[in-house]
Formats: sequence, structure tokens, C-alpha cells
Amino acid sequence: MKVEYKVKRYNPESDVALESFDTYVVELDQAATVLDGLIKIREEVDNTLTLRCSCRSAICGSCAMRINGQAMLACNTKVSDFEENGNIKLLVEPPGNMPVIKDLVVDFVPFWSKVKSVDPWLKSSHPPKYMEEHIASNESMLHLSGVMGCIMCGACVSDCTVLEVDKSFLGPAALAKAYRFVSDPRDDSTKFRLKALEKPSGMWDCTRCMQCVEVCPKGVDPMGRIMKLRDFAIQDGYKNTYGAKHTAVFTDSVKNTGWLNEFQLPLRTFGIFNVFKLLGLLPILLDALVSRKVPPVFHHKLPSVSSIQRIFKKVDLQITKRE
Amino acid sequence: MKKFAFYPGCVSRGACPELFDSTLTVCERLGIELIHEPLEGASCTGAGVLQEKNQKLGDTLNARTFAMVEKTGLPLLTICSTCQGVMAQANYRLRSDKNYLDEINRDLADENLQYSGSVEPKHLLWVLFEDIGVDYVKSQFTRSLEGFKFAPFYGCYIVRPSDVLALDVNPDRKNSLEQIIEATGAELVDFPGKTACCGFPILLINETNSTKMVGNHTLSAKRKGADAMVTPCPLCHLNLDGYQPSASLLRREKINLPILHLPQLLGLAMGIEPTELKLNRHIVSTKKIISTLSVTP
Ligand code: FES
Repeated sequence: MKVEYKVKRYNPESDVALESFDTYVVELDQAATVLDGLIKIREEVDNTLTLRCSCRSAICGSCAMRINGQAMLACNTKVSDFEENGNIKLLVEPPGNMPVIKDLVVDFVPFWSKVKSVDPWLKSSHPPKYMEEHIASNESMLHLSGVMGCIMCGACVSDCTVLEVDKSFLGPAALAKAYRFVSDPRDDSTKFRLKALEKPSGMWDCTRCMQCVEVCPKGVDPMGRIMKLRDFAIQDGYKNTYGAKHTAVFTDSVKNTGWLNEFQLPLRTFGIFNVFKLLGLLPILLDALVSRKVPPVFHHKLPSVSSIQRIFKKVDLQITKRE
Repeated sequence: MKKFAFYPGCVSRGACPELFDSTLTVCERLGIELIHEPLEGASCTGAGVLQEKNQKLGDTLNARTFAMVEKTGLPLLTICSTCQGVMAQANYRLRSDKNYLDEINRDLADENLQYSGSVEPKHLLWVLFEDIGVDYVKSQFTRSLEGFKFAPFYGCYIVRPSDVLALDVNPDRKNSLEQIIEATGAELVDFPGKTACCGFPILLINETNSTKMVGNHTLSAKRKGADAMVTPCPLCHLNLDGYQPSASLLRREKINLPILHLPQLLGLAMGIEPTELKLNRHIVSTKKIISTLSVTP
């Protein structure tokens, strides 16, 4: 079958346009992957096309790229998945949120430096003796198998909506890696790790958009891990960030009234003595007043709030402690 | 009339009364009977925030809501992308682990509630396609919105994760908003930001990042010629509408892109008066839309 590839090209040495698109039509069989086609193009049509790949089996993590707008592994994606009315048209672009070196190849230096910044190794105060192993029980490690499946392909980083506006954000891959060590029963620097992760650009900057969950080819669930880190941070008493306060105030509101008190949420998150932040709310408050969009100042309780509170009492006490 | 147990969510009863009111008006026209009483005591879904602290607590609260819905035997209708997604995620976990569901049911027993797993939370946007029929919806459109250009903005939780939301099983869910915009006669402004994040969840945590997101999306829709943006998510509305003035300052560029709620768009196409749809209760003025409407026959 015929497959049309529209590939984003970038050549830093070009003296014409740096960025452009080239279209190639190749004949592929039903089982072909997007990567098969790209290799065929490079080998038979245009040997200037630059891309990364190695294992071709979704193991090495080299071939992440944006295919029809979403990050995925080219070697793990069949061209036939994109068939529409008998046509297959692919738009192939390099992964996002990373500087492009050439065509589909991006610079992973920022990616690795963020992963390194979370100290991705075991830190134990009583490391095993020479020639001994540091053994953890199967059960205590099982819940980590998902996150350890990360192949560092950068798909999550490519499509992260926060990185799009803020390059300093640690990002889903590094945070998932941090979780992997925070949750490792052999690691005992959890406190230090959480303390570092609660800083700006860390765990509280994730906007919970699920983009990383959606594009991860290995089911690592980076956002789910970030949510867990937040849970651990709150449990361990790191409650002094706007993020932790926001969660606490929100939860309190549901606990006390059954639903969200939108009026109190910003006031209590910032704190009523935080003059600077509260002044910052003035313009939006005025705008909201003018268009009568201010949430009710007197927030009523839901009729069955006592049942909701009973659930809080029962379930909130059985907090899922770290293994 | 098709009956639904109505779950309005917190925001439509708080900072977005125009969503609540326009929903009631439009649903009546569409033969959707919203039954309010059964869920009057239903809690907030947790919006993903409460889940940061304790996911099981969130799942229990949502299971309680589902159990209340099951008692009525009615389908569940939401009008918020975030409620939709958080409920769908909770439902997914409850349905896929019998032991977990049993455990949670034990905590619901005090109130004589039991959830068996049969509820399918559905946003109004999906109901239009799956329960009412888009042809019927179109038949209720009496005013063509030809000449307008509208950009869709979904809200994260109604598009991701795709497996939890069963998008592949119900392919209309992938482009429902685009289809509705086109059905009104308006021109669709497609832009990549339509399924991105509006930034609302981090508004109080990192306002700069949140506002940058508002600026990016509204400006990219605007540059493609959009007269307004349409969203099924009141949280997106709050940020894209309420923080558009800040985004405008940040980008040093006028934006002025009205952010319509889905029912407001439906209502306009049904010939309902803009004031009845509370178009006057937005932060970004909708005057231009209203005046264009009044000159077109
Ligand atoms: S080539 Fe190794 S993951 Fe695709």
C-alpha cells in the first residue's frame, strides 16, 4: 500500500530555509511500522533524512517522534493505524520541547540533565557490604515495575504542556524517575528527595493534563507518579507550598461542605496575610464583579454533608502508607 | 423527553452560573429532562485535586454518587469535562477491581448505598451524539451561525486518557465538538491547542505558567481567525475567559476572544436570546457576537 509521509526537515547548515516539510510516497506492506517507512525513505529516496533508531522493538527508546501531532515510538506504531478512507497520510515531526539538531533528531542534553538532577540512584545509609546484595522483597518492589519500565524515550517530555511554556519544569520523565527512588524500600533519603522536589519547577508545577499518561508507550503513568509524590510530600509534612496548601484547602472544603468553596480556595491557599498575593487577585475579582461571576461568598453545605464527613473519617484515616 | 440524573458540578453552581442556566434552557429544548433531586447531596468529584491527597477517598466519594444514580435507574449527565474525566477514571478503577469495589462498598453501607458498576457518566456533549442523535440536535437549530468562526477547546479530562474514556469505542467523542460547531453553520477553526491544557489546575500554584497557556491558546485560535472559542469545560472557561486580560498584558497584545460554553453555542443556534443564555455574564465581552447576531436575519 502507498503511504504518504510529510516530514518536517531542519538543517542548521542550510542556506535556504532552516525549516521545511518534504513529502515522500513509499510503498509499504500492511504490517509496516512508521519507522520502516522512514528507513526506506532514507535508504532509497533521500539519504539526507536524519533520524534516530536502534532496536526497532520498542526497547531502546531512540525513535520517539511526533506522528500526526502526538509523540510515539515510530518502531512501535503501524502505518495502517492511520488509514482513513483507504489513504494513509502521516505528518512526521521531531519530538517537541527539545532543541532540534537535524530533521527528526533532537538534543537530549536538557532531558538527561533533569533526570540526573533527581539523583537517580539508590541512596542508602546502610549499603550492603562488599560482595553482598541489597535485597528487597518481591512484594515491596512489585508496585515499581511499571515505573521501572521507562525507556527514556522522551515521548512524555515531548508532549508535556507545562514544558511548552516553562523550560525549567523538571518534567514527567525526571519526576517519574524521582518517584521510582522515593518509593524504593531500600532508599532512605526520601525526605531530602521530597524536599528538593517541592521546590519551584518541581512536582507542584505539573498541571495534571494527562498528556504524558496518554503518550507513554510503556505505561509508566508519569502523572500518576507525580500525584503520588504530592501525596507523600503532604504525608511527610511538606505542606508549605502553594500546591500543598491548594490541595489541603480544596480537600477541606469538600470535607466541610461537600463541595468546592471557590471563594475561599484562593484566599486560604495564599493565606489571608499574604497581602502581595491577595492584591494580585484584585483585578480578577473586579472583573468578576462587573460580569457577576463571583462565586457565592456564603457557601452552603450540601444536604447530606454528614455522610460525606463519615466517609472522610473512615477513608482518610486508612492513608496508603509507603511500602 | 429523555430523563437524566443531573450532576451539575461545583463550578456551574459557583462562578459559572451562565453555564447552569444555559444548560437548563437548552436541555429543555432538546427534550432532555434533567432530574436534580437524586444528586443534590452528591459531593464534588474531587477534580483530581483531592485525589492528590488520597485517591481512594476520591473513589469512595464518586462511588457514592454512582450508587445514588443507580438507585434512580437513570443515566448520569454531567456538564463539565473535569467532572466527566474524574468520574470516568474513578469508575474505571472501581469496575476493574472487584475487591476494591467491595471494600469501597463497605464504606458506603452506612448510608445504605451500594454501587454495582453499572453507571456510565456522560457529558452533555456525548449525550448529544449517543442519546439524542446529532440529526435531532440539528433539527432544533433555527438560526444559522454562518459567517462566524469558532474554535473548539475540549478540556484535558474529556480527551485523556483515551482508553478510560473509551474514545476508540465511541469515535464521535474524538471530534464531537468540531462536529457540533460545523452543525451550527459556523466555520470551524481547527488548531492544535484544542486538546491541550488551559492551565487552570496550576493557576494558584504557578500563575505565570497558567496565564502563558491561556495566552498561547487564545492567541493561536485568534490568529486563525476565530471569533470565539467553545468549550464543554467550565474550568477551562474560567481560565480562558477570566485570565485572558492578564494573558493579554503578559503578551502585550489584545486578545478579546469570547469563550462560550457548549450550551451557549447550542442555544444561539436554536435562536435563543443571548441574554437568556447569559452571554452578558462573561469577563471577555461577547458584545461583538451579539451585535453580529442581531444584524443577521
Ligand atoms: S528503535 Fe528502539 S525504541 Fe524504537
